Amino acid sequence: MTLGRTYGVGLVGLDGRMVEIEADIGQTLPAFVLLGLPDASLNEARDRVRSAARNAGLPLSRRKITVNLMPADVPKRGSGFDLAIVTAALAASGDVRGSGRRVFIAELALDGRLRPVRGILPAVMAAVQAGYPEITVAAANTAEASLVSGAEVTGFESLAEVAAFLGADPGRLSFPPRVSEDTPNPDDDAGAAGVPPLRDMADIAGQTEARFAVEVAAAGAHHLLMTGPPGAGKTMLAERLPGLLPDLPDSHAMEVTAIHSLVWGGRPCSQLLRRPPFESPHHTASSAAVIGGGAGIARPGAASRAHRGVLFLDEAPEYDRRVLDALRQPLESGKLELHRAAGTASYPARFQLVLAANPCPCGLASGKGIDCTCTPQQRRRYFSRLSGPLLDRVDLQLTVQRVSLRELAGDDSAEGSAVVAARVAAARDVQHDRLKGWGYETNAEVSGNVLRGALRPAPQATAALDRAMDRQTLTARGYDRVLRVAWSVADLAGHSSPDADDVGQALGFRQQEQRHERAAAGAAPEPRRAVPVV
Amino acid sequence: MRAKDTLGQRGEELAATYLAAAGIEVIDRNWRCPDGEIDLVGIDNGTLVIVEVKTRSSLDYGHPLEAITPAKLARLYLLASRWKKAQDRRFTAFRVDAVSVVDDGGGAPVIEHLREVAP
Repeated sequence: MTLGRTYGVGLVGLDGRMVEIEADIGQTLPAFVLLGLPDASLNEARDRVRSAARNAGLPLSRRKITVNLMPADVPKRGSGFDLAIVTAALAASGDVRGSGRRVFIAELALDGRLRPVRGILPAVMAAVQAGYPEITVAAANTAEASLVSGAEVTGFESLAEVAAFLGADPGRLSFPPRVSEDTPNPDDDAGAAGVPPLRDMADIAGQTEARFAVEVAAAGAHHLLMTGPPGAGKTMLAERLPGLLPDLPDSHAMEVTAIHSLVWGGRPCSQLLRRPPFESPHHTASSAAVIGGGAGIARPGAASRAHRGVLFLDEAPEYDRRVLDALRQPLESGKLELHRAAGTASYPARFQLVLAANPCPCGLASGKGIDCTCTPQQRRRYFSRLSGPLLDRVDLQLTVQRVSLRELAGDDSAEGSAVVAARVAAARDVQHDRLKGWGYETNAEVSGNVLRGALRPAPQATAALDRAMDRQTLTARGYDRVLRVAWSVADLAGHSSPDADDVGQALGFRQQEQRHERAAAGAAPEPRRAVPVV
Repeated sequence: MRAKDTLGQRGEELAATYLAAAGIEVIDRNWRCPDGEIDLVGIDNGTLVIVEVKTRSSLDYGHPLEAITPAKLARLYLLASRWKKAQDRRFTAFRVDAVSVVDDGGGAPVIEHLREVAP
């Protein structure tokens, strides 16, 4: 036989497409030709494949080997095609038997060992979906590939093992010595279900109101803005939010693991990541780092890595305005479409946005604001970086005050994350049952029509809200946001519908927000009043 | 004479015998002109055959056929036309063949013959 045929998967973003690999051996001078739009690292496969095959004991034919990757218009990158190419070439020379519809995804080391590659999970998902359930990967990728239901995965340590599996003469094969790489990975359990978070709510002293706001944000998946002076604990609070969120259901965990698989830093996943991810890019991050980008096909950024989890932007007004505004599209649609000359990649990006900001550039314009050295103009410019359309999508906006000495010293009875998470989980269950008819999962997603229509609370509950609307201190959009938050407050309290207190609390958050707006408009912050005052 | 030249000469000898057995009549050897040298010239059923012979004593430095580079091949096509001009003979067609000889001196040299190698 002079034609070998195997299958691989080409990934464009998370979207896998089947690639058919043909190898033909021509009776002419030795050469190795790779056709079908290979990128630079795939072109290097030629040399890896030759060395690996020789070191596995099955030197490639001393003739012209032509390898064609089809369809030619699918951009193919990376080293994941190595095993498929060498197997096709060996099948063409008759050293191994044909492998039918089996898919091969692994990189070759020069000594013939198989190395794990990125993006195994989405690749295997695509292969199984396309009707190619038999999959061969590097042993280190076996666990990850097996996460896909319906996949029949075989993992091998080396090319020689694969060749033996495909009926090569065992006498000729040479197996590389086994290298023990079984150093335990401390991150292995980080994404597993039920693992207690490293950061606990019990660490936070005082801050009753802010703790409650974070709990409400967790319950309703509301985006959150925290404003407050440096050292008030905004970052601590934000970092504890993921620990309050419930474990991800199967379908979401699959999406999160698929993205993780695409960006992993050298280690394949061994299990589904069930904990919501937490991404906290530094405020100097470029839009490519946050949204996704890079040469060729764009790679996922922090927004996609935070999919189904929390994207935390500390010092939010310090971010490049373009980065902040670029987040508006994923906030709306839950995904990012990145168009490049080489192709379009689409990544999911349905994250819970948490913004933290100082009240002004010097950070002291809180409370009475007497120490603040900023001019009104500086203050206005600082906050206006957070554009209206972005803040429009942030349901919960609160001011975090500095902890007083009394709170810091006297409070060691703070609730732990586990207690709060249990309340959040219960609130999520109630939401799920109430909202499934509309196709929503959380209060944050519910549209205004539904809020003011079928889900309208009793008139006496919304009296304060209606009054604020009448006085024109609340816009229609603000009205909807207060209602959304009120539902989350009610769900946490176990009320079947928000009562006047729930709405009052939601309105309290809203009034704090109006204070920022006044601050942004240049007015000096007014002395803090007890909240909520309705 | 140096060892590599002896080896080369022995390889050409072996190749000539091999080609004769394969029905190719060898009519010229080591033909030189300012542009280079043709190892063997043969006729196969009226087709002119220009043969490049590569000999190695082992595969340690790669297969002999791998040493025939595209530049070398292009030169062989040029030499073919030089040879024809010098001969005043007509042929219906011509081709370039490559023969590799791997001879470790322990008997049983391995000979491979590739017909019509193209750049």
